Parts: sequence; structure tokens; C-alpha cells
Amino acid sequence: MQISELAPALPALRKAPAQRWRDLLIHPLVLRLVSFAAVLALWEYAGRIPLSPAFPTFLETLGGLGAIMADGTLFKAFLITLHPLVIGLTASIFCGVALGVLMGLHEPSEWLFAPIFVIAQAAPLAALIPILTFAYGIGLTAKVMTVCIMAMPVIVLNTLGAVRNTPKSLLEMGSSFLATRSQNIRLIILPAASPMIFAGLRLGCAAAFIGVILAELLITPTGIGDVISYNQSVADYPKMYAAILAIIVFSVLFIELLERIEVTLFRPEVRR
Amino acid sequence: MNPNVAIMAQPVSDRPPFPVRAARPIVEVRSVSKTYAGGIEALSGISLEFPEGRLTTLLGPSGCGKTTLLKIIAGLIPASGGQVLVDGREVTGPGPERAFVFQDFALMPWASVIRNVAFGLELRGVAHSEREAIAERHIARVGLKGFEQKYPHELSGGMRQRVGLARALAVDAKVVLMDEPFSAVDEQTRRKFQEELLELVANEGKSFIFVTHSIEEAVYVSDRIALLSRRPSRVSAIIEPQIQRGGDPEKIRRDSAYLDVVEAIWQQLRHYLD
Repeated sequence: MQISELAPALPALRKAPAQRWRDLLIHPLVLRLVSFAAVLALWEYAGRIPLSPAFPTFLETLGGLGAIMADGTLFKAFLITLHPLVIGLTASIFCGVALGVLMGLHEPSEWLFAPIFVIAQAAPLAALIPILTFAYGIGLTAKVMTVCIMAMPVIVLNTLGAVRNTPKSLLEMGSSFLATRSQNIRLIILPAASPMIFAGLRLGCAAAFIGVILAELLITPTGIGDVISYNQSVADYPKMYAAILAIIVFSVLFIELLERIEVTLFRPEVRR
Repeated sequence: MNPNVAIMAQPVSDRPPFPVRAARPIVEVRSVSKTYAGGIEALSGISLEFPEGRLTTLLGPSGCGKTTLLKIIAGLIPASGGQVLVDGREVTGPGPERAFVFQDFALMPWASVIRNVAFGLELRGVAHSEREAIAERHIARVGLKGFEQKYPHELSGGMRQRVGLARALAVDAKVVLMDEPFSAVDEQTRRKFQEELLELVANEGKSFIFVTHSIEEAVYVSDRIALLSRRPSRVSAIIEPQIQRGGDPEKIRRDSAYLDVVEAIWQQLRHYLD
């Protein structure tokens, strides 16, 4: 290479490290880690002031997490909690999407069912739990119902909105190219609605996690709810917060997984 | 009267026969009216004939009901009165002999270009390999070869409308209905489109019904222009621009015949603006 060619290349070379640092700093992954680190640092600081004797630092909580993981408490608790969660969530997803699609396509059924879900969504769940225990006892059924009441309305109402919001020009396109009613639903309405339906499913999952923990704290202490309330009663706060942290992390990962599934199965245009 | 313009006053029935290119009407609109719920009268007794193998434009001020008339011809919305005949048969809904090109493209964002183009055939139950072969041919026809596996959001506005056009051509309809197809693309692309449209009309042997609010565009592409008045819409004039096409497209835009027709239509339309 000749020197004359090298000269214009030099400023670029000199700029490169700084540029690389800046690119690294605004990388999405780095920013996300910074966001986590900031919250955790704040937690650690608040625990060290201390904010309250009942509020452990982040590191103490990690210690508690290690302890409940080591003796198998956390794993067993998760299995118990997942039981009503999985049943309730599966029922909510299938019934919710089916009902939402039906309501979106058929107006009389919207008038029939929508008020129930609007009320269920607005109602304070904790206040309804005495009625649930009165009707379904204190066992699994009551907890499954709690999960459903939390998760189903948001899934149903999102699905309804998604089906209703199918772009009018796509519907006209379908009918001008002679789509039958069933082709119209399968090939146009449902694919067009799927992003918003999945948004509803993600919200529904988050609500289901809230529901199951609420049920375990308010109906009978089992699973994670038991770990939380037991450790609270014996003032072992690091373990109590460790259980809360564990369920939050699990819930976030689960919702993230749902999004991955959506993109892989239903959104070819996002995948590329 | 300007010799380059043939303006015919209503009623249409006693107009002189077409000078050179007489053709039977493929679409007949017989005293069609449309009143929307709420009493808004969009069309009031419109009668029009669309000659076969030609491009006829519905031109008029914004909100004059051009698109409404086009959608009635497409069978997408019902008329309140009168009837539409396509190829001698009365229109009761959409049919296989008509294909629609949408103003906003109406592409399915989750489907690749080739699936979008083949969609009309997919709905008709044409086998996968066969419809993809047909779609590929039409994608090449509109100049999108190599973009078959792309998705609409990866294309520019002009390219998206090419997909919409290829989809309409793929079902091999006799009549192609175009609702302001170039209004959402930039001016350069628009001119290119207009030239390609002329080529399509000349080579495909299909009839085109075109809706636009641009006088220049209407005069440039049309064999026949139906000038619609403001709501409730009637046909205020039928104009046949006698422009020598072929040769340099830029020459047409400077041609005195072209400019005269544009001017004549402008004189007709300007009093709607007051």
C-alpha cells in the first residue's frame, strides 16, 4: 500500500475506538443490562440505609434464594404453584381466544358476553375471593378460578378488539377476490388479528401470575405463596423476597418465551 | 371547439359513434344511484358505458363519489337504485371477471410477495405449484422479478402497488378496476406507472376502469374520461382525448393535443370550486 492511500484512511482508524465504544454503549443488550443493574443497585442501597428492618438488601436476598434453592423448597413450591396456573392459563387462552373471535365475528354474542368480561376486568379480585371460596371451597378449583378471572378478560377483550380492527381494505380485498366466509376468517381476519391477540395473551399471562400468587396468599397458603407467607411470619425476609424475586423472574421469562413462540410460528415478516 | 377534444353532452345515448376505435361496452351502468345511511346522496342516476379493451377514467372533484361508483361496479357495495351490467350480466356482488386494485394496496403484511400475488388464485382453489407459476409470471410482468420472497414492508410504496397490480392481473379478469392506484406513490414513480399502464392497456386486451382526481393523469392514460360533478354525482361530460400515443412518452406531455384536453377539462371542473 502506498502512503498516499494510507493518509485518508488514518483519521478513520483514529476515530474507530471511540466510535466502537459508543456503538457498544447504545447496544440494546448493554442498555438492558444497565437498566437491570441500576434497579438492583438502588435495591441494594435502599436495603443498606436500611429502609426498614423488613427489607433485605439485594445481596441478602440472593443469599436467601441460594438457601431455598439448595434445600429444594423453591423447586417444590414452583411445582405446586404451576398446577393451578397451568390449568387456569390453558383454559383462559383457549376459551378466551375462541370466545373473543366469536364475539368479534358475531355481534349478538358480543352484546351477550362482553359486559361479563368488562365487569370481571374492572372488579377488584381480592374482594371477590370470599365469594370464590364460598362457591368452590379452598382447594385447587378456587385457585384455578382466580387465575381465570384474572387472565381471561384481558385475553377475550384483546381478541375481540383485534378481530374488529381487521383493516377494512383487506376485507374488501378478500371479498373482491371472492373469498368465502371461512376463507375470509382463516386467511385474512385471524392472521391480521394475531399480533394483537398475542399482545392480549402476554398481558393475560402476566395477570395469571398475579392471580395465582394472590390465590395462594388469600385462599390457602401453598406453593410460592406459602414460601412467601411462611418466611414473612418467621421474619426470614431474605427468603421471603427471594421467593417474590423468583416468581417475577419466572413470569418475565415465560412471557418472553411466549413472544418467541409467536414470532417463530405466526410472524414470518418479523423473523427476517 | 377544439378539434382535439370530443366532448359529448348528456344524454349519452345520442352521442356520435366512436371515431376510429368503436368497441362494444363491457360494463354498462344504468341510472345507478346511491344514498348512504343518514341520507347522504352520493350518486344520482348515473348512466355510463365502458368500452371493451379501453381505459375509461372516472374523473371528478374530491368526494364526488368516483370511488363509490367504482365499488358499486366491483360489487363491493350495493347500489340504492339502477343496475350495473358486466359483460351483459347484472352485478349482484364481486365476480371472477372483475379484479380490483386498491388505493392503499391492501396487501397482507404477513404474506410474501408471491403469496400476495397468488392470493386471488389461492382463494379459487388453484393448486399451489400452478398458482405460484402464474404469480411468478405476473411478478416478472410488473418488474418485480427477484422480490418474490420479500414481504410488503420491505418494499417501497411504488413496488407495493406493483404487487397489487400483479395480483389483479394474476386472476385474469376481463375488467380491471383501479381506485386511485397511484395516489400513494411519489411523482416520478407515478409517471413511470402511467407509461406502463398504457402499455398494459395496449397489450393485455383487458378493459380498465380507472379512478383519479388528477386531470393530467386522466388525460395521459385514458381513452375515455367521464367527468363527474360534485355530490350528488352525475356525469357532466364525456371526453375522448384524441392523443397519438406511442413514441416518446415525454413528447405526449408537451403535445398540444394533450395540453388542450387538460385545459378543456379544467375549464369544465373549475366552476365546482367556487
